[in-house]
Amino acid sequence: MKKLRSLLIGILLIIGLLFLGTVWLERSTGMSDAKVLNIYNWGDYIDPKLITKFEKQTGYKVNYETFDSNEAMLTKIKQGGTSYDIAVPSDYMIQKMKKEHLLLKLDHSKLPNLKNIDPQFMDLAFDQHNEYSVPYFWGTLGIIYNDKFYQASQFKTWNDLWDPQLKNKIMFIDGAREFMGIGLASMGRSLNSKNDADLDRAYNKLKALTPNAKAIVSDEIKTYMANEESSVAVTFSGEAADMMEKNSHLHYVIPEGGTNLWFDNLVIPKTAKNKQGAYEFINFMLDPKNAAQNTEYIGYSTPNKAALKYLPKAITSNKEFYPSAARIKQMEIYEDLGPKYLEKYNDLFLELKMYRN
Amino acid sequence: MKKYNTLLAVPYFLWLLFFVLAPVVLVIGYSFFDQSGHFTLANYAEYFGSGKYLLMTFNSVWYAFLITLITLLISYPTAYFLTKLKHKDLWLLLIILPTWINLLLKAYAFIGIFGVHGGLNSFLGFFGILPKQLLFTDFSFLIVAVYIQLPFMIIPLFNALEELPPSFIAASKDLGASSTQTFFKVVFPLSLNGVKSGVQAVFIPSLSLFMLTRLIGGNRVITLGTAIEEHFMVTQNWGKGATIGVVLIIAMVIVMLFTGEKKAGGK
Repeated sequence: MKKLRSLLIGILLIIGLLFLGTVWLERSTGMSDAKVLNIYNWGDYIDPKLITKFEKQTGYKVNYETFDSNEAMLTKIKQGGTSYDIAVPSDYMIQKMKKEHLLLKLDHSKLPNLKNIDPQFMDLAFDQHNEYSVPYFWGTLGIIYNDKFYQASQFKTWNDLWDPQLKNKIMFIDGAREFMGIGLASMGRSLNSKNDADLDRAYNKLKALTPNAKAIVSDEIKTYMANEESSVAVTFSGEAADMMEKNSHLHYVIPEGGTNLWFDNLVIPKTAKNKQGAYEFINFMLDPKNAAQNTEYIGYSTPNKAALKYLPKAITSNKEFYPSAARIKQMEIYEDLGPKYLEKYNDLFLELKMYRN
Repeated sequence: MKKYNTLLAVPYFLWLLFFVLAPVVLVIGYSFFDQSGHFTLANYAEYFGSGKYLLMTFNSVWYAFLITLITLLISYPTAYFLTKLKHKDLWLLLIILPTWINLLLKAYAFIGIFGVHGGLNSFLGFFGILPKQLLFTDFSFLIVAVYIQLPFMIIPLFNALEELPPSFIAASKDLGASSTQTFFKVVFPLSLNGVKSGVQAVFIPSLSLFMLTRLIGGNRVITLGTAIEEHFMVTQNWGKGATIGVVLIIAMVIVMLFTGEKKAGGK
């Protein structure tokens, strides 16, 4: 029994030592705070060579962490455990973070390379005058198909997805806004509709689409399309680029009419400790050559106009990945719907997932 | 002497407090608040007032019931057979072995097996059967769920049947009972406790098998787990997510009451 007491004392001692250790560690990293840059980005969303290059050029040590959804990122930044210096939220999430005062106003004089961004991608509704964000990559929502089984003519409009021949064939990306968006876009309605009648009509129309759904999944679509488990899917252009690299039979098309236009953007959270480093990093990524290198690695569409000339013609002339300005005008960026309608979209989506006829 | 006894109880009570009591209280607490943090009963009103959640609950219970029934039908004869073997511990170990492998890994393996170009379809191909869509169907979902739950049903059944003295069966036969009579009048009633704990161990987790509904069911099979994930991750309406959690807890309590030890007393 004496043993037990000494054991307990031992455990308490170890806990105490560990606690002191963390305090000491925190203080020691705190001292070199100015030299560390904490980046919070989507998984595999930057060419690692660029990080090394940036570290060499500036002497900062980059600490790269990843998230897999805008919502997860928001939660972590709100909690404020780690103070990230750079984060990469999507359009609607910027709106939300702005509302919650989580972002730092950007000083454009510290970002001379901002001039490289294509003017049509500046000053967008989710962040007017780019007060808080700089576009990083952009893309669309469209259809990817395998030319062994289908032809391009089969996927001209969103309505083509209702073709009874596609019964149990289509994979959809698992997102309420995307799925409801297909219904809304097919009727020529806004993807940000807050009109209950429109939403109900879209819901009723989409019911007829559910028999065509083979599965409603997310990242797995990449594997399933590449190994031909599935031959047609609705997904984002960036994901599509990934799949096409693995299987040359795959083609990406943007259906006529409206679709989602999305942007991932660099921002500096208010909690950032190394603001100077964050500005240097954004400016570094806006450099045309760096942007071009990153674009080739990631395969998404770059908003950096000056970078286009460093990219192979085969990439920049592809109308599905770099659609014309007129085409882009027809597309819509998601707006933050607010909790009430976000829930309505999700509830309808859940009901559609359950619906079976 | 007494002093040490209380000391020994400290880890247990700490565990209870932090990992049992606190989470349950939090879940119940959250379920009474809306998104702006006001006290409300609306979450429950919506749950029980909308056909959507009731249908989802029904779906969850139905799938969990099917999974439990199929596992029981497979496990009972298996467990019975195992008790008759020579090196039963070894054979039992072989059944338990797959539980040492990560659940996700097993789920991914099944994706490979059920795929259009997967093992099962190429096997069927030998008999001239064209590739079928197996993945993302009720069929594949049930198979994988049953496969994963099987050991948790077999173990309690095995233990119950193992405890059954062979002399009881001999006595039953001596007194002129047929094999069927012996089974239904002697073996099955005496193994009922095993059946009950097996059902508990399988039915309850099956109610919210959310990972499998996604990976194997391709979200074409929807259970309450899917809704909970959506409310916590996408709409961030923790109140509603917690409400579903509370309903699941209540469902589990009901199952426990039905399969509890007390009822087992009434033979």
